[in-house]
Amino acid sequence: MANDIVKPENLVYTKTKVLTDNVMHYCPGCGHGTAHRIIAEVIDEMGIQDKTVGVSPVGCSVLAYNYFDVDFQEAAHGRAPAVATAIKRLNPDTFVFTYQGDGDLAAIGTAETIHAANRGENIVMVFINNGIYGMTGGQMAPTTLVGMKSATTPYGRRVDLNGYPLRITELLATLPGTYYVTRQSVHTPANVRKAKAAVRKAFEVQRDKKGLAFVEIVSSCNSGWKMTPVQANKWMEENMFPNYPLGDIKVDGKIAEGIDANRLVVSAPLTVKQ
Amino acid sequence: MAKELKLMKGNEAIARAMIASGTDGYFGYPITPQSEVMETLMAEKPWETTGMVVLQAESELASINMVYGGAATGKKVATSSSSPGISLMCEGLTYLAGAEIPCVVMNAMRGGPGLGTIQPAQSDYFQSTKGGGHGDYQLYVMAPASVQEMYDFVFDAWDIAFKYRNPVLILTDGAIGQCMEKCYTRDYVPRWTDEERREKAPWGTWGKPANRERNIITSLELESSRQEVFNQKLQKKYAQMKEEEVRYEMLNCDDADYIFVAYGTSSRICMKSMEIARAKGLKVGLLRPITLYPFPSKQVAELAKKAKGMLCVEMSAGQMVEDVKLAANCQIPIEHYGRFGGIIPTPEEVLEAMEQKIIK
Ligand SMILES: Cc1ncc(C[n+]2csc(CCOP(=O)(O)OP(=O)(O)O)c2C)c(N)n1
Ligand code: SF4
Ligand SMILES: [Mg+2]
Repeated sequence: MANDIVKPENLVYTKTKVLTDNVMHYCPGCGHGTAHRIIAEVIDEMGIQDKTVGVSPVGCSVLAYNYFDVDFQEAAHGRAPAVATAIKRLNPDTFVFTYQGDGDLAAIGTAETIHAANRGENIVMVFINNGIYGMTGGQMAPTTLVGMKSATTPYGRRVDLNGYPLRITELLATLPGTYYVTRQSVHTPANVRKAKAAVRKAFEVQRDKKGLAFVEIVSSCNSGWKMTPVQANKWMEENMFPNYPLGDIKVDGKIAEGIDANRLVVSAPLTVKQ
Repeated sequence: MAKELKLMKGNEAIARAMIASGTDGYFGYPITPQSEVMETLMAEKPWETTGMVVLQAESELASINMVYGGAATGKKVATSSSSPGISLMCEGLTYLAGAEIPCVVMNAMRGGPGLGTIQPAQSDYFQSTKGGGHGDYQLYVMAPASVQEMYDFVFDAWDIAFKYRNPVLILTDGAIGQCMEKCYTRDYVPRWTDEERREKAPWGTWGKPANRERNIITSLELESSRQEVFNQKLQKKYAQMKEEEVRYEMLNCDDADYIFVAYGTSSRICMKSMEIARAKGLKVGLLRPITLYPFPSKQVAELAKKAKGMLCVEMSAGQMVEDVKLAANCQIPIEHYGRFGGIIPTPEEVLEAMEQKIIK
């Protein structure tokens, strides 16, 4: 290797100082690591490392505190929005974010999620939707698509047996307490850039004390989906995005232009491609 | 507010003591018989005076986790509830204990099981002192027997909570929560400044300045050997509490042949029973555990050396009696007398139980 080219003046990209040097435990191909990175970069770029407190409950990201070089709290399954509520209310000058999976945020923690959003808590919630319970070995999540196989829907999710998938992000957009609601992905460089801009906007909403900012990141769980990382990204594009369309849903406290009101009120069951 | 003598409910005393003791935040969910705690706080609007935050949560799951989040920033954060709500909080309590977060929780016990009754009971002794949530953890459990103690114990609870980095439970019942008694209030203790917080809770997560490592609040440790070491550390802490923080009251125990052991409302009943007994010439005394964890086991053992028998009076089917028996170690007869489901026994029936079961 031409080690002589590794010089400060040739440096074009570095790890942000808001991430530690710890080796991440995430599976290769998983979206969690990239999502961490863009959040850390935003914290760095906004110069708020000394004011930020993160909260991650159980799920694959339970050890997020090993990677973010900010004060951090690990929370019980589903309870991060309640935990974050109190951190922010008692320490109004801090920047508080939660980092939650779909099982956490949209199943066991649904009440905490909806009420923190409805109170308009001035926090950022980052929601990693991989349509599955990654950590416990790939069971059905509230966001698992109809027809999608998981450890507890081995023949595919069925509405009559398992009920409908939950589009909680659209639901949250209808609440007056949310100011910015968006859905992003981190599977291509272009999407990473967009997702980072969304995270930045979310932290700015918190800085300007406007209410709750919610960033869903549709993410692959190649291990849980039992695919290679490349297959998983393709499957995500073909199946997840049609049901979980990317883009802003609510901006500046108003439903974003071009969002079909029907998507917010009624929706056909979210289904894998037939 | 300076020192004053006031007539107030036990629940109100808890709320006023929270404000006066420099509490930073209260998060609660309504449940009888303790809703006056949050009602008093909301009426007092301490956010306009001391800066204390008060919020009605969507559930006890949320309120105890708000306590977790707020208290983990090194602030004094409290909640209160009654039995069914405390059951919901047990997950949060074990996380608080596991992450070593100081906080104060009040339980105004009502009769169970299930939805039970809204009348007073003492049937959550096991839940309070033997776990409730999972894992080898302990709460520091204080049992007030008057409105004055409801008030005073909030101040003491903060000292213990921060000394040990451990949740403190003030275990009372609907009777003490609802009854009105006179109560001396205290001068306000100001809320901690940021500087005081840095000193008293250097582990808190309020944003990491450049000159320190990040603070992490967690109860997770996947490596078993480290998790065992952590458990040993907790056990050492509990052992120190047993050495240094046991509290109790003994009345007429010096010459007593027969001893009531009772806490909270039951101890108030036993005081009257003891008076009637003494008037009859019976040498009856009372041991009132003030801390239920750590339990005054040494005191029970000492008394068991000279007394002829003990009657444990509880508004439950017999829970604390197990600790009394363990401590007395079969030296003398120990019996239980209890009413439950929201019934408070009369002094006469309690004395009769002493006469029938112990004095004979
Ligand atoms: C009270 C409780 N119930 C169940 C679990 C087990 N558990 C751990 S993580 C998890 C699901 C996590 O899924 P998700 O939130 O989607 O996160 P992911 O791992 O997919 O990122 C479950 C059920 C737990 N830790 N606590
Ligand atoms: S199991 Fe899934 S979500 Fe968890 S680290 Fe692996 S790929 Fe990521
Ligand atoms: Mg998931």
